[in-house]
Amino acid sequence: MTGVSTGSTSGVPIPNRPLTSQARPGNPAVVAPGSTSGAAYCGHCGEPYDGGDGPPSSAHRECGARLAMEPPRYCAACRRRMKVQVTPLGWSAECSRHGVLVP
Amino acid sequence: MTIQADASEATSHATIPAIFPILETARQQVLEDGIGLTQEQLEEVLRLPDEALPAALQLAHEVRVRHCGEDVEVEGIISIKTGGCPEDCHFCSQSGLFDSPVRGVWLDIPELVKAAKETAATGATEFCIVAAVRGPDIKLMNQIKFAIDRINEAVDINIACSLGMLTQRQVDQLAEWGVHRYNHNLETARSYFPEVVTTHSYEERLETCNMVKAAGMELCCGALIGMGETLEQRAELAAQLAALEPHEVPLNFLNPRPGTPLENQGIMDGKDALRAIAAFRLAMPRTVLRYAGGRELTLGDLGTRNGLLGGINAVIVGNYLTTLGRPATADLNLLVELNMPIKELQKTL
Ligand code: SF4
Ligand SMILES: [Zn+2]
Ligand SMILES: [Zn+2]
Repeated sequence: MTGVSTGSTSGVPIPNRPLTSQARPGNPAVVAPGSTSGAAYCGHCGEPYDGGDGPPSSAHRECGARLAMEPPRYCAACRRRMKVQVTPLGWSAECSRHGVLVP
Repeated sequence: MTIQADASEATSHATIPAIFPILETARQQVLEDGIGLTQEQLEEVLRLPDEALPAALQLAHEVRVRHCGEDVEVEGIISIKTGGCPEDCHFCSQSGLFDSPVRGVWLDIPELVKAAKETAATGATEFCIVAAVRGPDIKLMNQIKFAIDRINEAVDINIACSLGMLTQRQVDQLAEWGVHRYNHNLETARSYFPEVVTTHSYEERLETCNMVKAAGMELCCGALIGMGETLEQRAELAAQLAALEPHEVPLNFLNPRPGTPLENQGIMDGKDALRAIAAFRLAMPRTVLRYAGGRELTLGDLGTRNGLLGGINAVIVGNYLTTLGRPATADLNLLVELNMPIKELQKTL
């Protein structure tokens, strides 16, 4: 039962996501939300990016906007669903293979 | 995110046109006499034309200042157990019955205490611990007891809980442990509830709400609007909440979540959301009316301001349970700009 079941944000800068010590350097999961650079999969919907290093396909444009308002749910490197923990002032997302992302 | 320009325009004109009879009635009945509007009257408010919206919000603001004061209550919320819920609330990304990308996860207690400290540092007086469950089992109750004790050792903040449907024994335990407020939402009107939830009934929700009140805890009982309910049903919900006399009503606007049955429900119109804020205030002149989830998507930044000047007197600061909110500083700065003091901590243990 949730008092608040929904939510989002507006006007929030897209966060950078440094690796924590649990993740490996060069992890392709670590990409700015909405960017396809180095990412194989969309962090929002988990579907493959089709543009390689190019601009996001139109299919994922809305996902990019969504990722400014919610944490990624899928690992951008391997598409595993991540364990996401949201706190009032932060969040983290953990892929069992690629480690932890934080804002 | 683009701000819904029409929603902001609706309240940006100082000129208040023609007299609207329902607002004249409300001025006497609610503002002067302190008596909330009836369901039929609320329906009239929800049907007001756009040009009446500034007047409706203005009146709702006067009502909240007269009957609740200038203070705004700030709260942080956190999920101790996310996802994997056996219930089927059609709006919820945490139901285990839908193909939602939200994975089940537990928050450990040190993280919870850290979050409570961070929340208190924003000036918040309320910290609500939420679990995605039908109702708590022994393991969860033990975790909650442990969490309450650790938080109380570390930080001065009122602790609220939202753990689903409770037994009488669990109600008594939470009250004994010092939980000062309990959240259990009605979500929608009784007549629409079966369209949205099939795994438990409206009556079961009411039962928990009534037990919470009887045990002396403050009841926080919220609404989620924009789920496809009619305006009549929105008015019905406001009237049903008013009849329950909760201490607080968190007002959520649907943020359609991927994988849920309501994922394709459109985002609610900003002006309708503002009309609902005014109506809920006019239904419940003395209740804490809190901006909760979905406001950023439905109303944008200007809408947040309009709501605070239209009957809202509490906010959830920072993030929600599975999605992100406005930065805490944005809301706190706005309160300063609007000259609205943050309510100070009054321990009610
Ligand atoms: S009971 Fe609460 S957590 Fe479970 S599906 Fe319903 S709203 Fe979501
Ligand atoms: Zn996508
Ligand atoms: Zn991965």
